[in-house]
Amino acid sequence: MIDFSLTEEQLAAAEMVREFAAKEVYPTIKEYDRKQEMNPDVLPRMAELGILGINIPVRYGGQGFDYITLGLVCEELERVDTTLRVVMSVHMGLNSMGILQWGTEEQKQRFLTPQAKGEKYAAFCLTEPGAGSDVAAMRSTARRDGDDYIINGEKMWISLATKADHFLWFAKTDPNAQPPHKGITAFMVTRDMPGVTSGDIHGKLGVRAGSTGWVHCDNVRVPAANRIGEEGEGFKIAMSCLDNGRYTVAAGATGLIRACLEDSVKYAQERHTFGKPIAQHQLVQQKLAWMQQWYDCARLLYLRVGWMKNQGIRNTREVSMAKWYATDHSFKAAHEAVQIHGAYGYSDEYDVERYLRNSRGAIIYEGTSEIHQLMQAGYVLGERKDKPLRCELPAYDPEFWQAEG
Amino acid sequence: MKVVVCTKQTPSTTAVFTVDANGHVSWDDPGGKPNIVNPWDEYAIEEAIRLKENHGATDAIALTVGSEESKDALKTCLAMGCTEAILVSDSAFDGSDTVGTARVLAAAINKIGDVQIAVFGNRAIDGDTGLTPVQVARKLGWTPLTYVSAIKEISNGQITVERLLDDGKETVTAPLPVVISVVKEINEPRYPSFMGIRKANRATIPVWTAADLEVDGATGAEAAKVNWGHVYAPPPREGSVEIIEGETIEEKVRKLVDKLFEEKVI
Ligand SMILES: Cc1cc2nc3c(=O)[nH]c(=O)nc-3n(C[C@H](O)[C@H](O)[C@H](O)COP(=O)(O)OP(=O)(O)OC[C@H]3O[C@@H](n4cnc5c(N)ncnc54)[C@H](O)[C@@H]3O)c2cc1C
Ligand SMILES: Cc1cc2nc3c(=O)[nH]c(=O)nc-3n(C[C@H](O)[C@H](O)[C@H](O)COP(=O)(O)OP(=O)(O)OC[C@H]3O[C@@H](n4cnc5c(N)ncnc54)[C@H](O)[C@@H]3O)c2cc1C
Repeated sequence: MIDFSLTEEQLAAAEMVREFAAKEVYPTIKEYDRKQEMNPDVLPRMAELGILGINIPVRYGGQGFDYITLGLVCEELERVDTTLRVVMSVHMGLNSMGILQWGTEEQKQRFLTPQAKGEKYAAFCLTEPGAGSDVAAMRSTARRDGDDYIINGEKMWISLATKADHFLWFAKTDPNAQPPHKGITAFMVTRDMPGVTSGDIHGKLGVRAGSTGWVHCDNVRVPAANRIGEEGEGFKIAMSCLDNGRYTVAAGATGLIRACLEDSVKYAQERHTFGKPIAQHQLVQQKLAWMQQWYDCARLLYLRVGWMKNQGIRNTREVSMAKWYATDHSFKAAHEAVQIHGAYGYSDEYDVERYLRNSRGAIIYEGTSEIHQLMQAGYVLGERKDKPLRCELPAYDPEFWQAEG
Repeated sequence: MKVVVCTKQTPSTTAVFTVDANGHVSWDDPGGKPNIVNPWDEYAIEEAIRLKENHGATDAIALTVGSEESKDALKTCLAMGCTEAILVSDSAFDGSDTVGTARVLAAAINKIGDVQIAVFGNRAIDGDTGLTPVQVARKLGWTPLTYVSAIKEISNGQITVERLLDDGKETVTAPLPVVISVVKEINEPRYPSFMGIRKANRATIPVWTAADLEVDGATGAEAAKVNWGHVYAPPPREGSVEIIEGETIEEKVRKLVDKLFEEKVI
């Protein structure tokens, strides 16, 4: 049975987030984008409103909504600015949901609860200066020392690098493992540990109102109790975190397509050439039609993934498809939106130039479009199969999610 | 002490007011946006919730006289933090003027009982008369305090508020119970909370009919003293933009000030 309707609760939650983004973020977004700084109120307000814990069970400090609501929230956030959605991708998708999936009960209490309440912000540290798509080439190490591990390494292109308190850090406990990805282990590194430093990167093409930077661990002593999963399980954990992060990226990029469409429709009806609104020229209409098509497809793809997550069905292939499609098409939509705005679209008087710059990054992070194509081809050719994991993302169970502790 | 907040559902702020050849009024939103809580009432709802949070009110009850669809607006009140919501709905009330509406509201407030403060928004964005709060006060025999921009104190059966008027601020004290209507300077309305949204969607909102109330006086279209004889959409305002050129900011400002004098704006 197929049911495309959303519940009143899901819609009301999305509406609330839309209002927040429009009222509190939109009015100053150009200013912060130009300054290359994050609006200091954004994270505390997202925390206070419960957005940072939207789909985490109430017993772990969250709001107890389902995975579909998370998608709708990401769509609304990126409708206003990509940097807002990036917060959800790393704090929620790549970190908190990873703990929900792989963490022990004690780790959920210690890490997930403060994260869901927004008392602690969370980031995901996989990429290194010399290892992006090729995760197994990472050089970060974790050496066992009694009840602790000693972590050394440098992570690069880390969203919320200078804002996060909790870093889900991937390092090699066995640098000689064959194949190399079997030597990777995951840890929760916290900012208060001696030897942790971080900084932001400036001069990015887009997401300039957000924080992206480097995080460095210099002989950081991490208790074994902060190891997430078993030794050698890090690669699997990273990949399942990406199944969740990619969901937020797909939903967000869908919001960006909507932004392009809405702004373009408005402008096309106002701007006149040759005696009529440009919306009356067929070539402009074609662009609007495309954007609507891309929006519909992207939205259906991410909602299918949200539904699968609610059901507890593995969605690695479907989420890769949703992410690949939505991000490629958000870039196309932004490109067409700039075109519809003519020279005005080329200046920051309008928002579409920011959409174009912001859309570009998502084609690179959380798996480049090339990587997603390789994955899809792998599935088609039967070379790629998803084996069951030791810990799967729990299906959405409203009773468990909504019950107080 | 119970607090009641009276609120109505209105068309969205982007809805377009049109009148057809038969004088039939419609408010359709071009983007299909649904009806909303009267935007002015958000301040009243916020204040009612704050009366509970900060001034020891036991209940903050949202009250609407309207159609079944108005339940959506009442759900927003619950999601923001009202403790209860009541819809008063009966075909006998259809077409009431503000006096008729006020009679029904007053009867409902009496039925709730033990209400010390009835909070209203300053006006409704559709009807836009601003009459309802004072008419309700009159029916109840309570003191109306309009244009309230701050509640200063509630003690010893009295309330002290600040009123924001055209020529300044005024601080007044009145014995409870009172009807107050608030202006937007009074607070910053909160968003519905996620937990509140869930609670609101599960709540059953009681519906009171004429039979449940002892309405004093006539209601409905027949009884309306206000005659909507001729309704029309005002012609759109024509505006023009002039960009003031100048070498320096000072020069531009000087030119602007001259212009404003010329146009008798200042
Ligand atoms: C704004 C932003 C935020 C980010 N946030 C985070 C974060 O929070 N945490 C984190 O860990 N990382 C983050 N990243 C890093 C991101 O995940 C990586 O940049 C990404 O995985 C690609 O790695 P790379 O940049 O090293 O490119 P490379 O892997 O060096 O790839 C370079 C090019 O080669 C192509 N390529 C590589 N391998 C193949 C192949 N086998 N076949 C075909 N083509 C191939 C790629 O598609 C790409 O076009 C962020 C990046 C950006 C831009
Ligand atoms: C489409 C339309 C058709 C109408 N048709 C008629 C008609 O045929 N005959 C006629 O006489 N009048 C008619 N009215 C006017 C109607 O009586 C008023 O809208 C209503 O009584 C409230 O007055 P107001 O809108 O001016 O609210 P205001 O007095 O400006 O509102 C002030 C405050 O009172 C609250 N309030 C107002 N009404 C209610 C309510 N029902 N429940 C709870 N709180 C309330 C508001 O929310 C606000 O907080 C019509 C109005 C509309 C929009």
